[in-house]
Amino acid sequence: MTGKEQMTGAEIVLKALKDNGVEHIFGYPGGAVLPIYDEIFQQDDIQHILVRHEQGAGHAAEGYARSTGKVGVMLVTSGPGATNAVTPLQDALMDSVPLVCLSGQVPTSLIGSDAFQECDTVGITRPCTKHNWLVKDVNDLAHVIHEAFRIAQSGRPGPVVVDIPKDVQFATGFYEPPSEHLTQQSYQPKVQGNLNSIRAAIELMATARRPIFYTGGGVVNSGPEASKLLRELVELTNFPITSTLMGLGCYPASGSNWLGMLGMHGSYEANMAMHDCDVMVCVGARFDDRITGRLNAFSPNSKKIHIDIDPSSINKNVRVDVPITGDVGHVLEDMVRLWRALPKKPEKAQTQDWWTSIQRWRARNSFAYAPSNDVIMPQYALQRLYEFSKGRDTYITTEVGQHQMWAAQFFGFEQPNRWMTSGGLGTMGYGLPAALGVQVAHPDALVIDIAGDASIQMCIQEMSTAIQYGLPVKIFILNNQYMGMVRQWQQLLHGNRLSNSYTEAMPDFVKLAEAYGAVGLRCEKPGELDDKIQEMIEVKKPVIFDCRVANLANCFPMIPSGKAHNEMLLPDEATDEAVANAIDAKGRQLV
Amino acid sequence: MNAHLQPTGSAYFISPETAKVESHTLSVLVDNEPGVLARVIGLFSGRGYNIESLTVSETEHESHLSRITIVTRGTPIVLEQIKTQLERIVPVHRVVDLTVRARDLKQERPIEREVALIKVAGTGESRAEALRLADAFHAKVIDATVEHFIFELTGKSSKIDQFVAIVKPLGLIEVCRTGIAAMNRGPQGM
Repeated sequence: MTGKEQMTGAEIVLKALKDNGVEHIFGYPGGAVLPIYDEIFQQDDIQHILVRHEQGAGHAAEGYARSTGKVGVMLVTSGPGATNAVTPLQDALMDSVPLVCLSGQVPTSLIGSDAFQECDTVGITRPCTKHNWLVKDVNDLAHVIHEAFRIAQSGRPGPVVVDIPKDVQFATGFYEPPSEHLTQQSYQPKVQGNLNSIRAAIELMATARRPIFYTGGGVVNSGPEASKLLRELVELTNFPITSTLMGLGCYPASGSNWLGMLGMHGSYEANMAMHDCDVMVCVGARFDDRITGRLNAFSPNSKKIHIDIDPSSINKNVRVDVPITGDVGHVLEDMVRLWRALPKKPEKAQTQDWWTSIQRWRARNSFAYAPSNDVIMPQYALQRLYEFSKGRDTYITTEVGQHQMWAAQFFGFEQPNRWMTSGGLGTMGYGLPAALGVQVAHPDALVIDIAGDASIQMCIQEMSTAIQYGLPVKIFILNNQYMGMVRQWQQLLHGNRLSNSYTEAMPDFVKLAEAYGAVGLRCEKPGELDDKIQEMIEVKKPVIFDCRVANLANCFPMIPSGKAHNEMLLPDEATDEAVANAIDAKGRQLV
Repeated sequence: MNAHLQPTGSAYFISPETAKVESHTLSVLVDNEPGVLARVIGLFSGRGYNIESLTVSETEHESHLSRITIVTRGTPIVLEQIKTQLERIVPVHRVVDLTVRARDLKQERPIEREVALIKVAGTGESRAEALRLADAFHAKVIDATVEHFIFELTGKSSKIDQFVAIVKPLGLIEVCRTGIAAMNRGPQGM
């Protein structure tokens, strides 16, 4: 033990965080973490952002992580602090966000005694983390925190929890620097793809007449280099490319091969191309049920290549022909090199008919909506918002629901790490705290939370955090007074019986903003929209923008349940009757 | 009104499972650290997989490695998922599907053995019959009074099932079974 520094557990926590490059942590104090908070008070290297609810801390750390590629760190107390962290932990697990959650725990001697603010944190968080630890010996603490950072950010990223009893925070032990700690042998993720499989993939791609790239969040997680390589490969092959909700920005929305997002509310051209393709190259996506539609009708005539760092994602929902386990960036590098080395590159004519089909599908203009001069259409509001954000250093977060899908449809992303949304878990309340996390990491950027009137109220308390830290986030609420997506499903599936999806008592969002010390803006007419958006962007304070939109607008296009990609409901066909009959008898049998 | 009469739809797409369900035996080598068994069991319950038998004990004391043997049922796709999901657990070193390995080695099944302790109480002819049966099954008597026996029986699960069924009318009191320990035939390790 000689040569190692001796310090208290709480000092070890701060030192380990610093040694892992942490600059910001999001948290909320409480009895079981007070020694750590005492250490935070006595240093200046790490800034602690005090949230108003532990869920906010988690989502803020997620936004921070997704917009920077770094690990997000949250700090919570025992019991309710830890249980409030569960939602963001599961959210980060499903969307593969690297998150380290430090939680206080009652002293080891009291564990199991139902002590005040005790809960079985490692038990509760076991299924919603990549890994977790209860540290009972102060001499293990540094090692565990280093390992927590390694596991959170390597392989398929994810959340981890380190539960630290209060007596361990007070106890004195030895600090072990990251360079000296031994990694757990059982966890050594494989990043390099099998070269024979990659070669097989390239050969298959070279024969394709109707190819498509289907990309996902794995490209973002692999780092900016992966997006560059993806763009290079798209340019080399001239294949069309679509992306999941999580992967938006990896390929620029202005790129000529871009088909738009795919899936339940994806573009007609993306879904039709997925259905009719002969070679599908899935890059860092996981064949989620919002993407595939009815599985036995999913892209029936294609050979499928799947690149994923997580072997359990391969062949989980869809059987693939060429599985490649490895990091997207590493595999794409090999693919670019092997494509360049192809002795005979495919002729342009080989995919000409395919591109003709795609142009035909594009011409359907599947995101079209009926414009209005009297009421603001939500799609129009987002189009205007997008126009005003162009040329600025913009980051977008969202809540969950119709506004989220419209944002994905109408906002164009040119770069990865610019789009933060809760995809897998679909957590209402994600957007505002996530925006705060983004703004902390990028103080001068324009950070907009595109929100719904229902979602925003789930973590509205974080307005107070925005004011305290001078984080000028813009909350753009598409206010239709309904839980819009719930209402849409009720219209589609439950005979338009709008059970509990209408919010009768809505706060005055302008006054609410003012109550917090922020700026409130309201817009009710399409003609006022541009000026108000301009005003919102120019204000150097947090803004709540109450954008009153058409109440009953539906989000189209849509793949109704039990349907395949080529059976989309398009906006111009979505009459009331078509909507009522969208789900046939067979679809209705699905439980 | 009459809402219950109208069929409703779903936000999920579920297609009926048609593939054949098989029973497989998995060997899982893990670091013997707190909570590791809970992680494995939690994975099975959380993802809706079956556990038919589960055995765990530290097998390499110096390196703190435990070997978990799990008998599970599922379609081939689900069984593959179970294996890859188990491999995702951080303290899991290796997962081997012994049933698949046996097939690859052109063997019918891996070797699977179970130990059972079986308590039978009785006097007179039924007591003598229990002892004769135990002898026929190569069960050892490990405890006895004039009123009872405890038999120790090692073998395939089916053999234990059979023995338990036969001694049931002779005064079966209780049974304790270890679950299956398994490995593949031949010189190679897992």
